[in-house]
Amino acid sequence: MAPQLVIDGLTLHFGGVTALAGIYQEVNRGEILAVIGPNGAGKTSLLNCISGLYRPSGGRIVFEDREITRLPPHRRAELGIGRTFQNIELFKHMTVLENLMLGRHVRMSSGLFSGGLYWGRARREEEQHRRRIEEIIDFLEIEGIRHKAVGTLAYGLQKRVELGRALALEPQLLLLDEPMAGMNLEEKEDMARFILDVAEEWGTTMILIEHDMGVVMDISDRVTVLDFGRKLAEGTPEEIQRNPLVIKAYLGKH
Amino acid sequence: MSFFLQILISGLVVGAVYALVAFGFVLIYKSSDVINFAQGEFLLVGAYIALSLVVFYQVPFLAAVALTLSMCVILGIVVERLVLRPFIGERAISVIMATLGLSLLMRGLIQMIWGTETRTFPGIFPDTPVRMGDVVVSQVYLWSLAIAVLLLAVFTIFFKYSSTGIVMRAAADDQVAALSMGISVKRIIAIAWAIAAVVAAIGGVLLGNINGVNPSLAYIGLMVLPVVILGGLDSVPGAIVGGFTIGLLESLAGGYLDPLVGGGVKEVVPFVVLLLVLMIRPYGLFGKEIIERV
Repeated sequence: MAPQLVIDGLTLHFGGVTALAGIYQEVNRGEILAVIGPNGAGKTSLLNCISGLYRPSGGRIVFEDREITRLPPHRRAELGIGRTFQNIELFKHMTVLENLMLGRHVRMSSGLFSGGLYWGRARREEEQHRRRIEEIIDFLEIEGIRHKAVGTLAYGLQKRVELGRALALEPQLLLLDEPMAGMNLEEKEDMARFILDVAEEWGTTMILIEHDMGVVMDISDRVTVLDFGRKLAEGTPEEIQRNPLVIKAYLGKH
Repeated sequence: MSFFLQILISGLVVGAVYALVAFGFVLIYKSSDVINFAQGEFLLVGAYIALSLVVFYQVPFLAAVALTLSMCVILGIVVERLVLRPFIGERAISVIMATLGLSLLMRGLIQMIWGTETRTFPGIFPDTPVRMGDVVVSQVYLWSLAIAVLLLAVFTIFFKYSSTGIVMRAAADDQVAALSMGISVKRIIAIAWAIAAVVAAIGGVLLGNINGVNPSLAYIGLMVLPVVILGGLDSVPGAIVGGFTIGLLESLAGGYLDPLVGGGVKEVVPFVVLLLVLMIRPYGLFGKEIIERV
């Protein structure tokens, strides 16, 4: 089967700085691919190119046999590419429920004025969306905080809500930028379990940036290592742990 | 007492118009961080288009207003597209200069087309004044107030509960997140400009009915600044509360202080409020406390 995502010769310059230099990467449907590398290696730049926040200077990105290199970010979300952010980007002044409902934006069909009014089609549609949202709320075990403004929640919970909002989009490909950064051990274990459950229940493909090597080795199917915008190595977690180049550039520092 | 009530009512009417115009200003600021100095010119354009339709083309008033508002939707979208979009990502000062330039350009064009003399709407609301106790109020004030309040309510509900309104608030809250949710932020900004042009045009038609239309009405674009600084630059309820507060203060100052000192206080009061707010509570009554120094 053809890979779900193909990144070919991806290059990104910021002025004179090269953030990504000719990255080639295939991602298979349903796998969890971890992207690791020291700070400034280009991991987040890579995710931003896939989700469309950055326009690459060169190369191609093909998602489900369709070239998306020049598509604006909101069109890529419509195609089923969801993401979370390294520094949580939630709608802080809204409730958890509102955030999750906004996550379903691309699945909503009601027009400019019908939405929000409880009439006919819009009402049936809203109920359907609410059911889906409640499934996600159950799944992530955040029942108690549905109506809380997300700005008031603890950091770990915000991370969880952000994952929930990305799931509400029903993504085919989910980009997770350091989903466990700043969490304690227990929170990390919870998040790791959620990520594995997402893969199992929905078969969602995930690209994951993570610094905690233990987590990376535990949950990912394959690992790609970036260093100074170049791809250093790619392989199963075991292969990566044994790779001398990787040990030198990254693991060796610990 | 009756003098006080007269002042109160005219203050509320002016305040309601301020609130409408400020509402548009805040929508634009929230969705795109742009400070629109041309808000007063939108008001002027709306008033003149409606006036031309009614006076020269003999269009019935309501149809003329509907036509005016549709034209203002297009105007708002076109202005955003041609003037503001090229400035996305530019420094705040460049964007401010762009909207200032836009306001001067629009004012010049308006004077070229419609001249500078005051023109009056043919009486649309009934002439007979209404007696409220011992106060006599002309109907145009009451109608204007009612219409403005109704529209403010409609737009507030739209912004708070409609799906488009919720998406607009989301985009205002966090653009990057909105994009990743599949929300087209460009479309949201275009809608904000269209609404801003529409509410300003309604304000222009209402004021035009009361005082006639001439280019100096654009001063309301400037009055929006004390209103939104008081209410909080990024707060919709703030725009409404601020609008009524500034309108009332202005009217009270005009009624009670101007006769004592020989005039001028009315014009100064809003800007005294502006300075006081900036010194005491720079984010305004309802604004977010984080203020970026430009």
